[in-house]
Amino acid sequence: MFYREAGDFSTTYPQDSQTFPIKFDRWRYYAVLFIAVVIIPFVINDYWVNSIFMPFLIYAIAAIGLNILVGYCGQVSLGTGGFMAVGAYACYKLMTGFPEVSMFIHVLLAGGITAMVGVLFGLPSLRIKGFYLAVATLAAQFFLVWLFNKVSWFYNYSASGQINAPERDTFGILITGPNTEAWATYMFCLIFTIFSAVVARNLTRGSVGRQWMAIRDMDIAAEIIGVNPLKAKLTAFAVSSFFVGISGALFFAVYLGAVEVGEAFGITKSFLVLFMIIIGGLGSIFGSFAGAAFLVLLPVALKVIGVDWLGWPTDIVAHLNLVIVGGLIVVFLIAEPHGLAQLWRVAKEKLRLWPFPH
Amino acid sequence: MNCKLGTWAVAGLMAASPVMADLVFPSLSYRTGPYAAGGIPFADGYADYFTLLNERDGGIGGVMTRVLECETGYNTEKGVECYESTKGEGALVYQPLSTGITYQLIPKATADDIPIHSMGYGRTSAANGDVFSHVFNYPANYWNGASAAINHILDLNGGDISGKKIALVYHNSAYGKEPIRTLEKLSEKHGFELSLLAVDHPGQEQKSQWLQIRREKPDNVIMYGWGVMNQVAVQEAANIRFPMENFIGIWWSGAEIDVQPAGDKANGYKALALTAVGDDFPLYDELRQYVVDAGKAAGAGDQLGTVPYNRGIYAAMLAAEAVKVAQKMHGTDDITSGQMRDGMENLVITEELMTELGLPNFGPTFSVSCQNHGGEGLVAVTQWDAAAGEFVTISDFAPTDMDVIQPLIDEDSAAYKAENNIESNCN
Repeated sequence: MFYREAGDFSTTYPQDSQTFPIKFDRWRYYAVLFIAVVIIPFVINDYWVNSIFMPFLIYAIAAIGLNILVGYCGQVSLGTGGFMAVGAYACYKLMTGFPEVSMFIHVLLAGGITAMVGVLFGLPSLRIKGFYLAVATLAAQFFLVWLFNKVSWFYNYSASGQINAPERDTFGILITGPNTEAWATYMFCLIFTIFSAVVARNLTRGSVGRQWMAIRDMDIAAEIIGVNPLKAKLTAFAVSSFFVGISGALFFAVYLGAVEVGEAFGITKSFLVLFMIIIGGLGSIFGSFAGAAFLVLLPVALKVIGVDWLGWPTDIVAHLNLVIVGGLIVVFLIAEPHGLAQLWRVAKEKLRLWPFPH
Repeated sequence: MNCKLGTWAVAGLMAASPVMADLVFPSLSYRTGPYAAGGIPFADGYADYFTLLNERDGGIGGVMTRVLECETGYNTEKGVECYESTKGEGALVYQPLSTGITYQLIPKATADDIPIHSMGYGRTSAANGDVFSHVFNYPANYWNGASAAINHILDLNGGDISGKKIALVYHNSAYGKEPIRTLEKLSEKHGFELSLLAVDHPGQEQKSQWLQIRREKPDNVIMYGWGVMNQVAVQEAANIRFPMENFIGIWWSGAEIDVQPAGDKANGYKALALTAVGDDFPLYDELRQYVVDAGKAAGAGDQLGTVPYNRGIYAAMLAAEAVKVAQKMHGTDDITSGQMRDGMENLVITEELMTELGLPNFGPTFSVSCQNHGGEGLVAVTQWDAAAGEFVTISDFAPTDMDVIQPLIDEDSAAYKAENNIESNCN
């Protein structure tokens, strides 16, 4: 009843090929954007931004990045944590080296540097596939973490090996450091998230995305119909690493403010982002958001319910959290292997006919 | 069902709404994960001491205390979440028991005017109160620890350790890396050869490091480990038959649970100490009477007298004493976090005070000032007696080599000051 295309006529090709061809979808999208951009910044406080919105936005960018590589191009990667570390350390070196430059530029450059590193580690993908590629990217993960621990130039020779984000601004508004306003950091991350989502969505709809998907579905057939695997695979690695690098830079500079590479960007981070896209849905931008929201919000929600409301001991809740997240992953994989995005698609299909399914 | 949900919601609201006029001590604890072996007893001790104050004295200066526990799992992201969710409740002081989380909170808490007490961990150069206005690491810091370990080795060797080989086995994180610079300076000064062996988080894999120790045969091994890493290291040292009396751990690597798995082979293992060992103190009788026997103990209530539990008691005691100082200074019982900071900055711990509290000779004596947030840095040495199943203090609280440490503190804090444009805290 609410969700239907009856009476929604496209009279031009651009109208027909837009991201949200159905009017209701389009309006919902505008409404979400409106709330996120115009309403939330005015009501947000430190707790909401640091515990919920910032991790959600940053992990959503990482999930979009990884989804391009795994979900769209079919190249399994376990190196997300390492690539996020590249983004973070690149951003740190840029921030300390060029303090007068705007944070926007630093974060974008950090993404660019990560893209180059990603291409480098993507080279083996031309020869190896599947599990073997996963192992090669796993090597990248461990190598990068080791590198940032070992070479003290990356952390400016500090005694502890930690990197700390100094105070930096963009257009005179503080973005990093302790004295930031909640709305400023939120808006900064939000802009990058929207930018990433729009770029990723349009790339995957265009010829580049079709090449990626052709490689994913069957690389030999794709090669026969004229897709250049070198170009397709390496662009997937580059674009994916670009987004992952941006998320790493934001994760370090805006969200945490100080990181230690082994702890913040270890193998668990790679798995976390991989779980996000598996739960959210491979090959779907919406799935990246859904998966990130799911894995960021669930522990916080369980903590609020268990500890703050029910007054259970903190360790019981922490253990329950592991059990519930693990259980839900299993349930999702069995009940809906295509993730939350598929649930959403099915719900939309149903809504189109509701309330008269026959 | 609806009725039940409604009751829960009301109960939740009541539980969530803050009780007026209390002293809030957030406890960023970790009772899960690879570091829980140290995190559980510390959190128990911290909570039990405040329970005792509430039950016995009716709080501090007539104001009840409240411990807000939040599970971090030793993870910095969860630590940030815990900080943000507890700071609005009127938190007086943060003690995260994690160097990583401390680093994270230093700028945030300073901006929010909430003090941090990183007791024997965290950023060592925070001892310079002129730069780090809201961070305290009394009674001793990591660099005091490194120096104390070397001093102990010096004592054993008649004051001459030139040409000796000393290996540092450390947790490959900000925590473990802290002592390296001090040890390098000390090796220049005393002429010993230093080798560094990093162990990655969580520390269960140390075969290659101990193989290297077996090959290089260092005269002494110093360890900066935490959690499961300690148990594995002691076990591995026993496996290669490394003489335990030459193996010395920092105060975070000296709990009963760290040496017990290795059994008799761990006999003679040494660890530095910030607090006395055992439960032979008048305060523990009161703890049993008011807290444990009354069924109000935190956790399982079975940790009394263990090293990390004592340290939790000590951390809570120092916080409570700082509250008393702040109450006296500002003439109000319900203090704010800013007043708490002033209290911490004027804290003086004397032998008489500790005896009065029922903890005679429990920790070192020290005084805090605006410039010095680290105390005098007195450190004791304990040794494990496997037959008796307890640590024994073999050298009392002794001073460390501040001639080496102070310039390093000044250098590191000056760099931080310049990097972040910080104004002097003291005039």
